[in-house]
Amino acid sequence: MGDKVLMKGNEAIAEAAIKAGCRHYFGYPITPQTEVAAYMSKRMPKIGGTFLQAESEIAAINMVIGVASAGYRVMTSSSSPGISLKQEGISYLAGCDLPALVVNVERGGPGLGGIQPSQSDYWQATKAGGHGDYHNLVLAPASVQEMASLTIKGFELADKYGMVAMILADGTMGQMMEPVEIDDIEIKTVEKPWALTGTGMKREHNIVNSLYLKPELLEQKNFERYEKYAKIERDEAMFEEYLMDDAEICLVAFGITSRVAKNAINEARAKGVKVGMIRPITLWPFPKKAFEARADQCKAFVSVEMSMGQMIEDVKLAIECKKPVYLCNRVGGMIPTPEDILSKIDEVGGAK
Amino acid sequence: MAVVFEKPHALTDAPLHYCPGCTHGIIHRLIAEVIDELGIEGETIGVASVGCSVMAYDYFNVDFVQAAHGRAPAVATGVKRADPSKVVFTYQGDGDLAAIGTAETVHSAARRENITVIFVNNAIYGMTGGQMAPTTLPGMVTQTSPYGRDVEAVGYPIKVCEMLSQVDGAAYLERVSVHDVAHVRKAKAAIKKAFQNQLDGKGFSLVEIVSTCPTNWGVTPEKALKFVESDMLPYYPLGVYKDIYAEGGEE
Amino acid sequence: MATTNVLYAGFGGQGILFSGKFLAYQGLLAGKHVSWLPSYGPEMRGGTANCSVIISDEEVGSPIVSKPDVLIVMNLPSLDKYENDVVPGGKIFIDSTLIDKKVERTDVDVFYVPATGMAAERKIPTLANMIITGKMLKEIGASLDNIDAVLGKIVSARHQDLLEVNKDAIKLGYNLEE
Repeated sequence: MGDKVLMKGNEAIAEAAIKAGCRHYFGYPITPQTEVAAYMSKRMPKIGGTFLQAESEIAAINMVIGVASAGYRVMTSSSSPGISLKQEGISYLAGCDLPALVVNVERGGPGLGGIQPSQSDYWQATKAGGHGDYHNLVLAPASVQEMASLTIKGFELADKYGMVAMILADGTMGQMMEPVEIDDIEIKTVEKPWALTGTGMKREHNIVNSLYLKPELLEQKNFERYEKYAKIERDEAMFEEYLMDDAEICLVAFGITSRVAKNAINEARAKGVKVGMIRPITLWPFPKKAFEARADQCKAFVSVEMSMGQMIEDVKLAIECKKPVYLCNRVGGMIPTPEDILSKIDEVGGAK
Repeated sequence: MAVVFEKPHALTDAPLHYCPGCTHGIIHRLIAEVIDELGIEGETIGVASVGCSVMAYDYFNVDFVQAAHGRAPAVATGVKRADPSKVVFTYQGDGDLAAIGTAETVHSAARRENITVIFVNNAIYGMTGGQMAPTTLPGMVTQTSPYGRDVEAVGYPIKVCEMLSQVDGAAYLERVSVHDVAHVRKAKAAIKKAFQNQLDGKGFSLVEIVSTCPTNWGVTPEKALKFVESDMLPYYPLGVYKDIYAEGGEE
Repeated sequence: MATTNVLYAGFGGQGILFSGKFLAYQGLLAGKHVSWLPSYGPEMRGGTANCSVIISDEEVGSPIVSKPDVLIVMNLPSLDKYENDVVPGGKIFIDSTLIDKKVERTDVDVFYVPATGMAAERKIPTLANMIITGKMLKEIGASLDNIDAVLGKIVSARHQDLLEVNKDAIKLGYNLEE
């Protein structure tokens, strides 16, 4: 057990990645995630790893493809505009069934947007931002400790399923410091017989490829991939419930907004309002079961987001529109205040 | 019975899909012979690009990754950094390397990536049916330059070896051709040197091979080879553009 | 539940973020839950800087301090901006060398600390932030017992010579008589 130290969220991601056995990082500067690259540039040369500042986000994600093809743990990080550039490579990673970790420390958009925190890349992350039918595993940390632990989890899931795992954080999570403990963990490695290690003249050549010119073959690959996705939706969804046992109003929030929502819930509870929260930790797979269980119990749901209302669609689907779902949001780099959330709770009938 | 001719071991038995008269086949064979002669088949990893050679992974008996359009040098960078003991080469066409992938090309050279780049320049986008390429000659007719490449409107071709010769990290740049037997032999020597450089840790080596596309040029294979000599080579002169380890240093 | 919400604000370069980090580490080493959140971006580079620090007996919810119990301001724009956000009964610490203005509110305790002047006098011009932090620690009833350990955590190994001067600056503020 190590001592708890204060770390920035971005640094916690970088250190956790190293603990997870990642020795190859490719990045490009962009606020508010640059600390990840800076941290890696200090650490990697000292542990025999690769830190490379690529000529573009596009080059960086393709370098990731190279390392992933060779069978090693690898990551890249960026913020929203840079993640848009990486989408081509992410689609190729999906099409080649390659594992990799991609970190998005989101900022406001669209376009160059701003540099303040945002959650408006939810759709891009969860619905597949590039071309083709695919999903990424999407993990949404809500503390610096989770920035670390979900990074390690992300590498494990990526390897387990041959997929991109994305850490979907925001500028606040990246910049804030909290106590964090990154234990020396046992690295769970999986066999990668498909990796490009050279035939050694001992086996048939391995090919990492996403091209299937025969449509019946490409259809089959897509079917197989979606069988895998179905299994992940069954087995890997993660969420936290906060004061849900008797809740009549259910807030839904992830990342920084879930932290603000906790303050609002505590204040509302102090006034006798029965409100709780479901915090999705995996955004894909979306924890539908948690919602099914609460759809009959609660009279209303409130999706608290730093977007114009993206996750709210998944909430509606998860409760099959059995109850009204309201949106409480700020955008453009603004963060909802506890008061914003409290007044929404009042509005949807939580007033006592 | 004495064997006088056989397929290199580094080529698979898969039938090549290239058009009759296309020089990709010759270039594939030269690379495979070099891999055989250097004894590196078991440790070589290829990076295929997007273009006619997209399925190169089926033809070489080595591990292969198929890269997105233009990104082969970045993917190769990752593969090589992951395990520097492997021999990593890309196989790219002109649209891939000199248009959409120009940044990846220049920067992998600048970083002195210890990889080998085989660049096939046939002045046209072959796979998509003959559109204007970054290397299409002035005046040359293609599907997207039906009145001939008008440099006033669309600018000039990119001379890759000349351009990269200004990049400090590039170790070895040579332009060769495969339009006749003598030039095929020279091309093989250049390819071998580009692989040997990597084995010696000398850094970024690129061989540009002036090539043909009879189908999209709309000529017979024989005329295509003549066109290389009469039109291509005056614009793209053969020779070593850079060899920092040669006697007397850079050209 | 005891939670102290602290907001530091001033110009970039005044050590605002560093003081906040000191405070957060002090809480951490005292076994509390803590969070530290800076403003970030272009405004960090010479413009205004602020940072939210929360020290609590319970898990920290939102790391954003919008209603500080304790406000430390080291320039006038920050006082103008945040004065009215302080909760009734809260404390405001003002670097009175840099800020002439007096607080008009009567429902808060205000401490005028000539930190920048004191720092200049003692030839430690970069440590006004730690002097005002020392005063603040005194007034919120914190002890200085663990400051060696805290400074050991945040002063880099290369700059251990700075450890003592930081400590002196904190004590200077802590022992300041009104």
